[in-house]
Amino acid sequence: MVEVLERSRRALATRRLVKLTYRSQETILGWLMASPFIVGFLIFTAGPMLASLALAGMEWDLMSPPEWVGWANVKKMLFEDPLFVHSLRVTVIYAATAIPLQLFFGICLAMLLNTKIRGLAFFRTNYYLPAILSGVSVALLWRWIFQPDFGLLNMVLSSIGVQGPNWLMDRKWVLPSFVLMGLWGVGGGMVIYLAGLQGIPTDLYEAAEIDGANRWHRVRHVTLPMLSPVIFFQLIMGIIGAMQIFTSGYILTQGGPANASLFYMLYLYRQAFQYFHMGYASALAWVLFLCILFLTLMVFRTASSWVYYEAETRR
Amino acid sequence: MTGGFALLRSKKAQDALTHAVTYLILCAGAVVVLMPLAWMISTSLKRRGDVFLFPPRWIPDPVMWSNYPTALTMVPFDQFFKNTFTIAFLGVLGETVSSAVVAYSFARLRWKGRDTLFMLVLATMMLPGQVTMIPIFVIFTRLHWVNTFKPLIVPSWFGVPFYIFLLRQFFLTISVELDDAAAIDGCSKLGAFWRIILPLSKPVLASVAIFSFQFYWNDFFHPLLYLHDKRLFTVALGLRFFQGHYGTDWHYLMAASLVVMLPLVIVFFFAQRIFIQGIVYTGVK
Repeated sequence: MVEVLERSRRALATRRLVKLTYRSQETILGWLMASPFIVGFLIFTAGPMLASLALAGMEWDLMSPPEWVGWANVKKMLFEDPLFVHSLRVTVIYAATAIPLQLFFGICLAMLLNTKIRGLAFFRTNYYLPAILSGVSVALLWRWIFQPDFGLLNMVLSSIGVQGPNWLMDRKWVLPSFVLMGLWGVGGGMVIYLAGLQGIPTDLYEAAEIDGANRWHRVRHVTLPMLSPVIFFQLIMGIIGAMQIFTSGYILTQGGPANASLFYMLYLYRQAFQYFHMGYASALAWVLFLCILFLTLMVFRTASSWVYYEAETRR
Repeated sequence: MTGGFALLRSKKAQDALTHAVTYLILCAGAVVVLMPLAWMISTSLKRRGDVFLFPPRWIPDPVMWSNYPTALTMVPFDQFFKNTFTIAFLGVLGETVSSAVVAYSFARLRWKGRDTLFMLVLATMMLPGQVTMIPIFVIFTRLHWVNTFKPLIVPSWFGVPFYIFLLRQFFLTISVELDDAAAIDGCSKLGAFWRIILPLSKPVLASVAIFSFQFYWNDFFHPLLYLHDKRLFTVALGLRFFQGHYGTDWHYLMAASLVVMLPLVIVFFFAQRIFIQGIVYTGVK
């Protein structure tokens, strides 16, 4: 009797043990499988963020030991370095022009494609193709297109009797050139808007039509509100991308002429990897990060007044 | 009311008109989009003198196919391609595998601290790279990894927050009952990941791999920071180098640029569905 009891108790204990080890096994496996991210986060994100914060208060050329200078880098940025303000202004002007135009053309194209048109797949592929190509080869292509005498753009313009400007060599036209080049890749956004448009239930349009809404009314009061979460997402991604523009600037103009296209990241690169002002460059990086964060938060704050989430109003 | 006016008024005719106008605009747009690429191809096949003809000729005469081999041997592009494929292969493999492993942990395993840590993944996703750029450069310099492929490949094996997020969201849509059934059949958690989750996630894994490849192929900034020896250049750096030396030989420059674009274009045409699905998946949901 005692033996049986003892045996069953032992069995129970083992079962509990098995259960326990099963649980802890899962915990161990969970941490183990998440460990690449955890380790990577510590080495490549958390550590470097703290380090760059510290570096922002130092002067360091990578060779001699770093020297603590406190707020000097920030003071230099604000009061002694006109190129800091200038590059920030150039970048913001570029972003403020390029993003709205890309939103507008992306949405318009998507709306045109969302009309049961024949050859949808062809058009979609065609418009999307430039969006996958980016980097150096595209920048070189555009350098050739913008070439003042024999480039495609001025040839086309002259065939309709317009004398084209010097594009990349003209201080007034260099930023519009970058905006134009960015518009070539508008198909990337278009594909996303198109998917959003295809998700809008058709009964909304039918209801609007019965209520006597004309085409513009339907766009204004059905399409745009239903698309607003996608527009919101694209706006945020657009800000983050445009504020960090680098490669095309590096290849096309190197910041010229007369710093007219000195984008912030170009200037940051110059300070860090050409002048080896690691401390000052870290301070610049933090300011850019804070600017992007600020702009993103601003957009988030306005979101409630124009972004329409169906799930929220239905509740 | 006149007949013509009535015709315009009729809904059918109006629709047909809208359709025609839409079609016209889309075709015009398509031409505008394709024109730079056509111009690029045209230039790449011209003789040097013909590049600067006015008015320009769209069809080169004679067609200089030899521009391609010439351009590609003026600087060692074969080496650049080999380097880029090596980096891209190991980088894509690293990003896809490590992100999938981490995503499985967040999607399917229960452990303390999991959800807090996942918030950290989301926060990291929002973080732009410039703030960490300089210290990471210092780390790799101190490790003497400059002028090796390691700074470009090693970080990819620690999971990419954006891909972790994407894969986790997809894994969550796979029915848990499949896992339970597997567990009853004696399948471990790791076995379920390998035998059930991964095979069912092929489309989204393909999307991640393609995004990753696109990034590696186009990346200019990181190779610029870490690869200074010409033998180690990627195609992006190689093109830049080519531009520095032969910047006004537009026919050669366009030929080389086109060849560099080609792998991406091929991937795009073969995997277009996956590409667009992936883009849509990230953008809308």
